[in-house]
Amino acid sequence: MALAPNMPKSWRAETKPHKFCPGCGHGLVLKALGECIDELNIQDRVVFGCDIGCSLLSWDFFNVDSIQTHHGRTTPVLTGVKRARPDRICIAYMGDGGGYAIGSQHLVNAASRNEKITVILVNNCVYGMTGGQMAPTTLPGMKTETSPYGRDVELTGNPTRGPEMVAAITPPSAYVARGTVANLRQLKKMIKKALETQMNGTGFSFVEALSLCPTNWRTNAKETWGFVEKEMSQFFKVGEIKVPESKEGK
Amino acid sequence: MADKPVKGEKRFFVTGNEVVAWAALAANAEIMYGYPITPQNEVMHYWTRLAPKYGRRFLQTEDEISAGFTTVGGVLSGARAFTATAGPGNTLMQESMSMAEMMQIPTVVVVQQRGGPSTGTVIYSQQEVTMTCFGGNGEGFRVVYSTGSHQELYDYVIKAFNTAWKYRIPTFVLGDGYQAKMRESLIMYDPEERGIQMVPTEKIVGASGVPGVDREPKHLRNTYNTEEELYKVVGDLAKHYWQVAPEIEEYEEFDCADAETVIVAHGVVTRAAQGAVKELREQGKKVGHFRPITLRPFPKKAMEKAIQKAKEILVVESAEGQLAKIVKAEIYGSDIPITGYFRPGMGITAEEIVEYILNKG
Amino acid sequence: MAREYKIALAGEGGQGVQSVASIIVEAANDKGREALYIPNFGVEQRGGVSIAFIQIADEKIGSPKFKIADIVVALSDRSVRRTAQYVDHRTTFVYDASIKGVEDDLPKNAAKIYAIPAIEVAKTELHPRVFNIIIMGAVIEATKVIDIDSAKEAIEKKLGYKFEQDPKLRELNFKALERGVELVRQVTN
Repeated sequence: MALAPNMPKSWRAETKPHKFCPGCGHGLVLKALGECIDELNIQDRVVFGCDIGCSLLSWDFFNVDSIQTHHGRTTPVLTGVKRARPDRICIAYMGDGGGYAIGSQHLVNAASRNEKITVILVNNCVYGMTGGQMAPTTLPGMKTETSPYGRDVELTGNPTRGPEMVAAITPPSAYVARGTVANLRQLKKMIKKALETQMNGTGFSFVEALSLCPTNWRTNAKETWGFVEKEMSQFFKVGEIKVPESKEGK
Repeated sequence: MADKPVKGEKRFFVTGNEVVAWAALAANAEIMYGYPITPQNEVMHYWTRLAPKYGRRFLQTEDEISAGFTTVGGVLSGARAFTATAGPGNTLMQESMSMAEMMQIPTVVVVQQRGGPSTGTVIYSQQEVTMTCFGGNGEGFRVVYSTGSHQELYDYVIKAFNTAWKYRIPTFVLGDGYQAKMRESLIMYDPEERGIQMVPTEKIVGASGVPGVDREPKHLRNTYNTEEELYKVVGDLAKHYWQVAPEIEEYEEFDCADAETVIVAHGVVTRAAQGAVKELREQGKKVGHFRPITLRPFPKKAMEKAIQKAKEILVVESAEGQLAKIVKAEIYGSDIPITGYFRPGMGITAEEIVEYILNKG
Repeated sequence: MAREYKIALAGEGGQGVQSVASIIVEAANDKGREALYIPNFGVEQRGGVSIAFIQIADEKIGSPKFKIADIVVALSDRSVRRTAQYVDHRTTFVYDASIKGVEDDLPKNAAKIYAIPAIEVAKTELHPRVFNIIIMGAVIEATKVIDIDSAKEAIEKKLGYKFEQDPKLRELNFKALERGVELVRQVTN
């Protein structure tokens, strides 16, 4: 089957159309990632790992070797690959629950150790696959299945600002950024820089992507984009947070 | 750098944890992932001192969840990789080992059992039998070697890598705090010089070529969409496991042919059981000892043969009946009464087994 | 020499029972005998009684744990109380003569009970640092698990690097070993 012209070369045509819900942001993030893999010409070197949660639906998404792991455990699995085979380019793909809740100790420690892997974390403010429960990133006042009256920060604390946390514990050689599916061109640049950071062997690289979940947000298209562009972007500032000093300069 | 860590045959007098590190080196293990927990720590201490001299690696992880999953990653990338743990650490590793079970990832884990439940003691027990054989949300598709001496620790750590990679089954070497910390003599050797070929590893992910162009990509998963899909996968795992089980099963027996009382014990307790049999035989008692070396898969046929003349089976273990539970299930249908001498978290001596058998008449 | 010996050595942290134990078992192993040594472990390692469990035999040793020792050496009041459980009518019980207030705690069922003035000898005749070597001499005299020359070889192996810098240390250690042997001879003869 020939790929439609706008599909990245590293995508696996046989598994398209993909299995994400209509309007889901994963497809956009994975498109940006796919284009980066193509442009960097690393399809033969990538080991891709996905978590449990909606990210697991990417287990056969690419024509790259892929491991679907357990909830929160993608970071250590890919760390294990990288430590044993430093010539591989290891990409750990997960959601906000996997990175900031059940697997937060792995994210924190991989960042602290400056593991030479790339973590791409998709933030949609909610647990998607399990049916819309409150996530570490659920915004104050936001209604979910486990915060039906709106998230009360007095009871549940404030949403996790992941990239800020990762930036605080990584050395200057790491790359940390927050992008958004509302600005794919910028998101792609960030993912590319993250992968280049890994390829240069300088440090840990981390990109959070603000994403969409109309299914669990129960929003129409306009409301969905409005939520990511306004509410989410207001709380989670988009931009590069830490950029390794590059030889070429910038 | 690539010099062999063990050459020829040499007698050593060291702790069991040091034995494990040397055995893994001799087996050409490339990387160890680990997290500190007593009584396993010195495996890492020796490994981190020795590994760089032979071009091997080590990663100290943030916890045993991570130690288990990094081991999984290392193995998937084609490295002969292992970890070691105990007690609550073993509990945390069950998650990754159930993934290894499901995805046929040839991990090797050395367990030095400590007292439990909970944090228990850092000393000794045989209370991690159920967990090591059947832990996690799985079916126990694992190989568990229960060792009883430093020589066996050395032999079976080497063997564990081969069993794991040959059959693609996660493999455990089940030691204990005594074996970890005590010192006794053993012979270390280069496996190759003894004719033991290390089973080659395979880059399960990350082989050469462009996936989707030169070869199919590896898409590995453990999540399935339908009951039928999962049933088929688990059915295939079960079929494979039971097919190879007879090749893997190992045991020893002592004076069982005419034994009216058969003592069943595993691991370090076999030493006490063997001593008890010797003593009781000298007193004219018809006592034998059956020792499963593989607790999973259990040497069921061999055990059935060993108890042919038995009028009673006495399970002796440093746990409250964990081995006994396996034994009862395995010989279901036999009408030989099974009793237990259970000492959870306590060492067992030959003298006390003798005394127990004589006193119960 | 042919028989199997089970030895429990107990003292306070810093009295060096574990290092003595390890020198003895290594010496036995070097002579081709079978030895098994379990250092005391558990939470008590810090600030508690330190016990070394040793077995030496001509054949492979059975269970690493034992209930009853052939010889118990206890070097503090707490050690005397802790080790009573390893004593029965076959056991030789050795303790330091300077330990006060344990008269009632000495195991009455022991085959023999000897008090030796090891702490006193270390302090007045030799040096407190070699106290554990005196104990080593006492153990090998009481058990004969290794002869005195093997014991000296083992000490040399362990501490040789220190002796190189200060040969007087060698003399001091060997003297301590011999005094340990004598202390046991004096009470047994």
